[in-house]
Amino acid sequence: MSELILKTESLTFSYPAEDAPKEVLNGVDLEIQEGSFVAVLGHNGSGKSTLAKHLNAILLPSGGKVFVSGLDTCDEQKLLDIRRIVGMVFQNPDNQIVANVVEEDCAFGPENLGVPPLEIRQRVDEALKAVGMYQFREHAPHLLSGGQKQRIAIAGVLAMKPRCVVLDEPTAMLDPIGRREVLETIKKLNQESGVTVVLITHHMDEAAQADRLIVMSGGKVVADGAPQEVFQRVEELKAVGLTVPETVSLLYELRKEGVDLPLDALTVEECAQALYQILQ
Amino acid sequence: MALKDITLGQFFPGNTVMHRLDPRTKLLLVVFYIVALFMAKNILSYGLMFVALLSAVLISKVGFKALLKGMKPVFFIVVFTAVLNLFYTPGEGDPLVSFWIFNIYFEGIRTAFFMVMRIMMLISCTFLLTYTTSPILLTDGLESLLGPLKKLHMPIHELAMIMSIALRFIPTLIEETDKIMSAQKARGADFDGGNLIQKAKALIPLLVPLFISAFRRADELAVAMECRCYHGGEGRTRMRQLKYVGRDYVGITIGFLLCVAVWALNRLGVF
Repeated sequence: MSELILKTESLTFSYPAEDAPKEVLNGVDLEIQEGSFVAVLGHNGSGKSTLAKHLNAILLPSGGKVFVSGLDTCDEQKLLDIRRIVGMVFQNPDNQIVANVVEEDCAFGPENLGVPPLEIRQRVDEALKAVGMYQFREHAPHLLSGGQKQRIAIAGVLAMKPRCVVLDEPTAMLDPIGRREVLETIKKLNQESGVTVVLITHHMDEAAQADRLIVMSGGKVVADGAPQEVFQRVEELKAVGLTVPETVSLLYELRKEGVDLPLDALTVEECAQALYQILQ
Repeated sequence: MALKDITLGQFFPGNTVMHRLDPRTKLLLVVFYIVALFMAKNILSYGLMFVALLSAVLISKVGFKALLKGMKPVFFIVVFTAVLNLFYTPGEGDPLVSFWIFNIYFEGIRTAFFMVMRIMMLISCTFLLTYTTSPILLTDGLESLLGPLKKLHMPIHELAMIMSIALRFIPTLIEETDKIMSAQKARGADFDGGNLIQKAKALIPLLVPLFISAFRRADELAVAMECRCYHGGEGRTRMRQLKYVGRDYVGITIGFLLCVAVWALNRLGVF
């Protein structure tokens, strides 16, 4: 039984407003196991980014509690510990790179933690190798592509040796090549280093690659389970304004026409296999 | 507007002794050089300063073209100073040239020449510093040199941080300016035509979006820095440790000797 790394208890949050405070999160209860790869899917304004910001105490709950490895995020004394455990990667890579040399940027986190210089060097090299950017270590970040910059941002977080990484729509500003690079890096991270990954996204195909999929709408969790399971609930997803991956969509339409097909084929290969079998 | 032509603070990577000197040594050398430059009084001491600069430039392999290019913006000031000194330096004896209300004395030519030399060498030596030192090392060096002032509660770490972030965002903001300019041009904005006032007015649709975006970036960067546990300079370590080695001691000694030599040469009675 793996340890619980993130936990929210009837979490609510509203931005303070003069007239009527707007509820962004409306009672979220979640438990995330260490080592898992969780995708949080939702429409714009579903509260998914707000939820992400609660996971390392950038925002504090208006009601309810958030625990990071047992630490309450409201406890200011533990703020640095919490942020050391949960690293965060944002949407715009340009606005999270601090230094003008790749390796210096990567060193920023460990430097803040007061890690000895030699160990920083070692961690920076490891982190840059893990995201495949080691050969660019002496480059200036502004000369790199979006996907490369985002991988550097991920390396910057990795160098702090977090147990969990929360990525808030890391691919939203990238081209398809950049998206693939970043996603592969994330997956590798989870599989090889056992880092817990929470990926906030609105791309179905990205969400499909996770072990667990949480769908949010109107500040609430509306579906939670393995992607194969969740995507079978086509009607429900459509009701909250989300589409399903094209493969599931195809199978769903065929099923409506009376063809007996399973709905859990997410990848193109699985889908093709399912169709092949029925045709035989 | 050629945004790509900004040379101020540009760094030319290289691997010469000048590049490898500790940034603090280079900063100190510049200070020594400036002090010596203002002490210099006669042709011999100026000559020595010139030779010193010349050898530094040759060692650094930066090239005189780059130095002269950096000098362009101050060309006007140099000419202005030269003209003022030429005409307004009173001299003993008869003026060499005299017309209308202007008299040019030998002293005037001498002062003008020295002034021009002084300004040019002053600028060259600071440019040589930024050309051979990466911005990040430069801020590190400054932070380390000014470190003792932290005891007086001067926010040295914060200043160095601000400086390095500013340097980091210069290319990003230039890129952004280019983008906004293209966007506004596409909608018919005219940045080139008109008189000075019209030109200044044309900048408003450029500057407003640029400022808004800069503030948004600053906000996001602040959150990202907090996420990476930034909590000021206290308890912070650095990956790159600055360390004085043999060549740095040699460098500082040379700088000191330069000051002494200038002082000595000033005592010789040459013009």
